[in-house]
Amino acid sequence: MGKAFVVTSGKGGVGKTTVTANLGTALSVLGKTVVVIDADIGLRNLDIVMGLESRVVYTSMDVIQGNCDLKKALVKDRRSENLHLLAASQKDDKTSIQPEQMRKICMELKEEYDFVLIDSPAGIEQGFQNAAAGADAAVVVTTPDVAAVRDADRIIGLLQQRDLNDISLIINRLDQAMVKRGDMMDQEDVVDILSVRLIGVIPEDDAVVVSSNRGLPLALEPNAMAARAFKRVAQRLLGEEIPIPEFREPNWFTGLIQRLLNS
Amino acid sequence: MKLDNLLWRFLRRESSKDVAKNRLKLVLIQDRMGIEPETMEILKKDLIALLSRYFEISKVGLQMDLHREDESIALVANVPITSMKIRPDAQAS
Repeated sequence: MGKAFVVTSGKGGVGKTTVTANLGTALSVLGKTVVVIDADIGLRNLDIVMGLESRVVYTSMDVIQGNCDLKKALVKDRRSENLHLLAASQKDDKTSIQPEQMRKICMELKEEYDFVLIDSPAGIEQGFQNAAAGADAAVVVTTPDVAAVRDADRIIGLLQQRDLNDISLIINRLDQAMVKRGDMMDQEDVVDILSVRLIGVIPEDDAVVVSSNRGLPLALEPNAMAARAFKRVAQRLLGEEIPIPEFREPNWFTGLIQRLLNS
Repeated sequence: MKLDNLLWRFLRRESSKDVAKNRLKLVLIQDRMGIEPETMEILKKDLIALLSRYFEISKVGLQMDLHREDESIALVANVPITSMKIRPDAQAS
């Protein structure tokens, strides 16, 4: 029996879809069977980020309406045998699906796959409620800025109201240079505010945009910083103890030494 | 350029990330309790009305705020008292 995670954030644009695609890829590289579900009905984008847009024939809506069975609706990833996508319908909207239907899809998928990752739409309305309906756990994605962290706090509250207490935090797009200058909150600041378990810090990395341009999830490129970070997140999800690298602002003395050495 | 950065950090009073963190902590107290600014105002008025039955209070310098200490939230009020009322206004039921 697998486990279903809803990937959510509250605020849009913090990288839920990127995280879902890359975490799914990283888990499949580690030998796990994975289905990623696009729960953003009407605004589908997980398929294009993963480069599978031309292969989508059926969507979760077709499964719900009985046009095809679940297995047939799954799109196999181009490079990974273990990775499948269940796309969202582009012509329907969030109100055309019920939480109970999502729960049923997740239950069925968990019987065959190790991981089900549900890419939630932004917001706290029905789209989010649907995405969370079938989840056993949540991955909350935030960026280290005031707006995203505030919304993450709200979404954590809503998850806990639903009795979803298995919550892991990913801090996305951390800019190490800005952290060093004291102009961006670091992982400790964000965890201090949100008080949930941190399972990964993804550094700001141009390779993320390049990989979604090409439709090839980053996790297979061992040289990108962000790719290595995603791999570590996947390993932590599998229960490995891997320390999270520090991107701390140095104190004035070590900062001075570092600066002297670097110049 | 690096030295420039360092000097800037010495000169600057507070880094912008500290400002961000403090602002977030404050706004989240209200978010988490679900207390709207209007509710705070009503609470303030009610407390002033109650305290006024026992004390003459000065509204100048009166402060009332929610503060976060570790995991708990406290209502901290600073109410300047100008004098006691000899007999509390008989309103209590």
